[in-house]
Amino acid sequence: MILTQEQQALLDGEKGETIAKVMKTLVMYGEAFSAKRMVPITSEYGHSVISFGISVMEPVYDLYEQLLSEGAVSKQKFSADPRPLDKNVPSNLLQNIVFKIMYGAQERMEKQLEEFGIMNDDAYTCACYLPEVGNAPGRGEVLSWAESSAVVYANSVLGARCNRNSGIIELMGSIAGFVPEFGFLTDDGRKADWIVEVRTSKLPEAQVFGSAVGMKVLEEVPYIKGLDQWLGTELDESVCAYLKDFGAATASNGSVGLYHVENLTPEAVDYGDDLIRENARVYVVDDAELERVKNSYPVIWKNPDAKPKLCFVGCPHLTLQQLIDWTLKVEEGLKASGNKKVKIPTVFTTAPAVLKEFNKSEYASRLEATGVVLSYICPLMYMNNPLSKKMPVITASNKLRTYTSARFNTDAEILEIITKGAI
Amino acid sequence: MSRTFKGRVITPGETTAEALVSRTGLNTLASYQSALMFGDKEVKCGDQNNNDLYKKPMLNKALCLPETIGSTTGGMVLYCAAALGKQPACMLFSKEIDSLAASGTILASVWTDVEMPVIDSLGEEFLDYVQDGMKISVSSDGSVTVE
Repeated sequence: MILTQEQQALLDGEKGETIAKVMKTLVMYGEAFSAKRMVPITSEYGHSVISFGISVMEPVYDLYEQLLSEGAVSKQKFSADPRPLDKNVPSNLLQNIVFKIMYGAQERMEKQLEEFGIMNDDAYTCACYLPEVGNAPGRGEVLSWAESSAVVYANSVLGARCNRNSGIIELMGSIAGFVPEFGFLTDDGRKADWIVEVRTSKLPEAQVFGSAVGMKVLEEVPYIKGLDQWLGTELDESVCAYLKDFGAATASNGSVGLYHVENLTPEAVDYGDDLIRENARVYVVDDAELERVKNSYPVIWKNPDAKPKLCFVGCPHLTLQQLIDWTLKVEEGLKASGNKKVKIPTVFTTAPAVLKEFNKSEYASRLEATGVVLSYICPLMYMNNPLSKKMPVITASNKLRTYTSARFNTDAEILEIITKGAI
Repeated sequence: MSRTFKGRVITPGETTAEALVSRTGLNTLASYQSALMFGDKEVKCGDQNNNDLYKKPMLNKALCLPETIGSTTGGMVLYCAAALGKQPACMLFSKEIDSLAASGTILASVWTDVEMPVIDSLGEEFLDYVQDGMKISVSSDGSVTVE
C-alpha cells in the first residue's frame, strides 16, 4: 500500500506508539484486501457498533482506555448502537440481578464513548440514518461505520460507501481520519454477483425475503429484479422502512453489505444492468422458496409449543411511521378480537430521538392504552441474559432470531398472537 | 496419506492442531457469544444455525471454514476471544478472508500477544478434503498440511 507522507509518519510513530498501532492495524486491514491507498473519510458522522458495557468484553474497554490515554479520539462525532437496558422492558427480579452483573461495564463504556466523541445522549440506535437521529450520509460519501444493518442501508439505499467494518476497526478509522480503499469503496466492488428474480404473488415479507437472499448470496452483491412491481420506484418513507428490514435480514442471515434494487436504489436507477457482472448467478424467489426458507428456521425453545411470554418488534429500530402503523394495527387487532390490551407482553423498540417524536403525537397514548411498551433498547442485549434465553420470546426480526433463542413470526402472525393470545 | 494446500498468510505463525470444520459461513457472534459470556472453558459453538459446529468445542482447534458471516461485532468478538485466551489454534479459510474475520485476526495480532496463524485462499478442495479430527500443521509460508 502506498501511504502519504503524513500516513507514513503516523505509522513510524511520530504521534506515539498507540497511534502507530492504530495505523498498523488499518494498513494490515487494507493489505488483506489488496488496497492500494488510504482515502479520507468524507461523512460528517461515524457510527459504532459497540454500545454495550458487557463485562466479558473488558479487553475492548481496556483497549479504548489505552487509545484515550494517548489522546486518540475520533476526528468525527459518531452515533452508536442501542443501549442494552431499560427499566420499562418487562423483566423479573432475577433477570434484573443478572443484567446488573452482565452490563456492569456500561457506565465505563458510555463515559469512554463520550470522550471519543459520541454525537449526543440520544445517539444510541442501530438506525442512525433515520431523519430524527440525523446521521444520514450523502451519496458517494466515504464512511467508517460498523453495524451490519446500518452499513447495508447506507451503501444500498443512501448510496454511501462503506465496508462491513468490525467494531473497534470503525473507531480506528475515525481516529485516523482515513480508511483503506477496497471493496464497497470502489466502483468494481459495488457490482452485482447475483441476479435475484422476484416471482412472488405479493410483496414478499421483508424479513423472510432478506433472510433468503442473505443465506443464498452470503457476502456477495445481489441485484434484485421484480421488486419494484410491489414497491414502486420511489424511495419514500415506507419503502425505506421495508428496505431497512430487508437489508438487516440479508446482513445477519448472510453477510450482505450492499444490494441493488432495479428501478429503485440510487445506483440501480443510474446504471441499471451495467451494475451486473458477466456470469452473475441467478436466484429465483417465489412463494414456495420463501415458505421453504421460513420453515427451515429452528425453534430452540425447550417446549416448542409454549405460550410466548414476550414479544419484540423493532430490530432494527422502528421508524416513526412504522410505530404509527403498528399502533393502528394493534388497535384494529384488539378491536377484532374483543380484547382491551395485548395478551402477550410486547415491546416495540425505536431510536431515542424517534421515541421522543412519537411521544409528542396522539398515537403515544393510544399505543400505551393497548399495553404495548415502547423502548429504546437493543432486544438482542436483552436476550443475551441467560434467563431471557429460557423464555419463549417471539419476534418479527430475523436478525434477533439468528442471534438468540427468539422464534420468528411474520408481522401478520405477530399481530394475531399478541392481540388474540394465539394463532 | 497427507495432503498439503497453499494459501495466503494473513497473520503469520506455525501450529499443529486438530481440525474442526464448518462447511458454511461461521457466524462469529452467534458462535462465540454464549461461550465468552458464560466462561465456557471449551468454547463450545453456540450458533444454532451451524449444523457442523453447534455445541462442538472450538478452543485450540484448527478452525477450517469458507468465511465468517453475520454481525459487525464479529471482529471485536474474535479480538476478545484472543485477548481472553479463548481463540482457536489457527483459522484456515478456503475463500479470500472477509472483512470481519480480517479485522478480528488483525486486531488480535497487533493488540495482543496471542499467536494465531490465519491463512486464506486455500481453495474449495481444501474444505472438501478436510474432516473433523484430522491433524493440521500450519507453516509460516502459508502451507497447510492435512493428515
